[in-house]
Amino acid sequence: MSEKDVLLSIENLVVEYSSDSETVHAVNDVSLQINKGQTLGLVGETGAGKTTIAKAIMRILPDPPARVTGGKIIMDDEDLLELKEDRMQKIRGNRISMIFQDPMTALNPTIVVGKQIMEAIALHEKVSSREACKKAEEMLEKVGIPKERYSDYPHQFSGGMKQRVIIAIALACNPELLLADEPTTALDVTIQAQVLDMMNELKQELGTSVLMITHDLGIVAETCDCVAVIYAGEIVEYGTAEEIFDHPLHPYTTGLFGSLPNMAKEGGRLKPIDGMMPDPTDLPEGCKFAPRCHYATEKCRQGRPELRNMGGSHVVRCTQR
Amino acid sequence: MFKFLVKRILWLIPVVLGVSVLIFTIMCFTPGDPARNALGADASQESIDEFNEKHGLNDPYLVRLGSFLKSTFPEFDLGTSYINGSSVSEQILSRLSYTLRITYIGILISIALGIPAGIIAATNQNTWKDSLSMVVSLFCASMPSFWFALLLVMFFALRLGWLPTVGVKSWTGYILPCVSIGIGGAASIARQTRSSMLEVIRQDYVTTAKAKGQSRSRIIWGHCLRNALIPVLTAIGGQMAVLVGSSLVCETIFSIPGIGSYLVTGVNQRDYPVVLGCVVILSLIFSLTMLCVDLMYAVVDPRFRNILKS
Repeated sequence: MSEKDVLLSIENLVVEYSSDSETVHAVNDVSLQINKGQTLGLVGETGAGKTTIAKAIMRILPDPPARVTGGKIIMDDEDLLELKEDRMQKIRGNRISMIFQDPMTALNPTIVVGKQIMEAIALHEKVSSREACKKAEEMLEKVGIPKERYSDYPHQFSGGMKQRVIIAIALACNPELLLADEPTTALDVTIQAQVLDMMNELKQELGTSVLMITHDLGIVAETCDCVAVIYAGEIVEYGTAEEIFDHPLHPYTTGLFGSLPNMAKEGGRLKPIDGMMPDPTDLPEGCKFAPRCHYATEKCRQGRPELRNMGGSHVVRCTQR
Repeated sequence: MFKFLVKRILWLIPVVLGVSVLIFTIMCFTPGDPARNALGADASQESIDEFNEKHGLNDPYLVRLGSFLKSTFPEFDLGTSYINGSSVSEQILSRLSYTLRITYIGILISIALGIPAGIIAATNQNTWKDSLSMVVSLFCASMPSFWFALLLVMFFALRLGWLPTVGVKSWTGYILPCVSIGIGGAASIARQTRSSMLEVIRQDYVTTAKAKGQSRSRIIWGHCLRNALIPVLTAIGGQMAVLVGSSLVCETIFSIPGIGSYLVTGVNQRDYPVVLGCVVILSLIFSLTMLCVDLMYAVVDPRFRNILKS
């Protein structure tokens, strides 16, 4: 990939949640690049730090307790982490926007949905409030909700419809980057497909780059160009979707695939990954996956393995490969 | 909506009726002799017997209760005072406006001080502003209103001479009584506003608003406040009850010719018709106010409007 295609690059990001008694190391030295027009999948277990990365990009981490203690997030040669709050407000919802996990709680229950979409437009585009209203109605239609429902309240919508409204809010100002934080986790499978299709269409139409955060490898296969696998706040494997799906290298990635039911293989048992994620307040030295890894040797437990290039864009953080 | 209103207004009947029966019963079994109070300590036995006969005080409890309910409810006649024979209904009507003014201005003061104080405390959580407003409100909430009234009189009326000590000849006379009954409510409302605001600030939709690029102050006023107000309304309803109670004492302290001071005199003199009349009217005012508070829920919370429709 050439340099000019990079939209946003995260360099050595470190995020910690600290309380009086302990420090949770949520994101440890993560570097990622999101290319223009592409979808990057961020895959990992609950608690791996996926949402924290997205919120760090938006700078909406709850502070306290969360604190970005190191790294840079570069967009257009500027470090977003250094920007003043009022500059950042002009970027949020406008150039970068976010879709949240739980549509049930992500909309304000006392404001009509149309107004919640209109708010984003009125903030970032120099239009009269009537034009903003009209644009909000168009957005509703675009996500498949009749514009007559502009003045309905969130409780009058189903979960899938609410998620559509949230997507409409996120896409209202044609963002360059969309952070989709498990956008379909809270939805029925049938609705999931609809929402993903719709996101794909809108992405094509608007040319938006997407950071797709998920733990669902099916969604990754369907939507992503590149995949980053994250474990205990660290990128353990990165590559194009083909590289990752055809030749998963890191034992954790293979473990994730082993945890998927496979209809093609008859009678095969699932191979879940043994054990639990390490306690993020007390991460193991060396490879963080070593305690759960069948291939782990003494070497793995000493010193953190570096990311090694395996050809193409495929990189893996494992001493054994 | 209409159906809800009718239903709620019909509910007033058993409430007011129940309160009347309860108060009548309590008055009946409270020691004290209305005749002695009305006629004076040196009245003759004949005149006392005549008084009791005239007002039906010798009748059994149920007969008296029956005649009280009959005259009060179908006929809206609250009777006449034992002491001076004046009509209780007329007295209450002429005093009603003072009491309404004091309690409603009082609750407005509570809201006007309490909600902003709660918001300031919540948005500056764990700073000196938060601690200061919470310490002040704890102090105000735990202070009895009559004591606060006396302090206010001492300072603003006697020491500084800015405001009249008693009476309501001009609007300045209302300041001290309204403030003294409003301040306790302000404290409770501030504490409720703070906690529900802190609850709301943590909600996902506040993060959504932030992710849209909305500024902090617009988020607080535009997104949080309305949601935070829902439990605050409940607190305001509760404060109304407390306020009606403290207005009785405050009217006496400040010699305001309202229902409260009338009721207190009535109780002291065992003037049954006055006490019963005042209580019936106060319970009616209180119930109607609570109805308004309930309707406010519908204004603030759209989910409540559905309940009204169905």
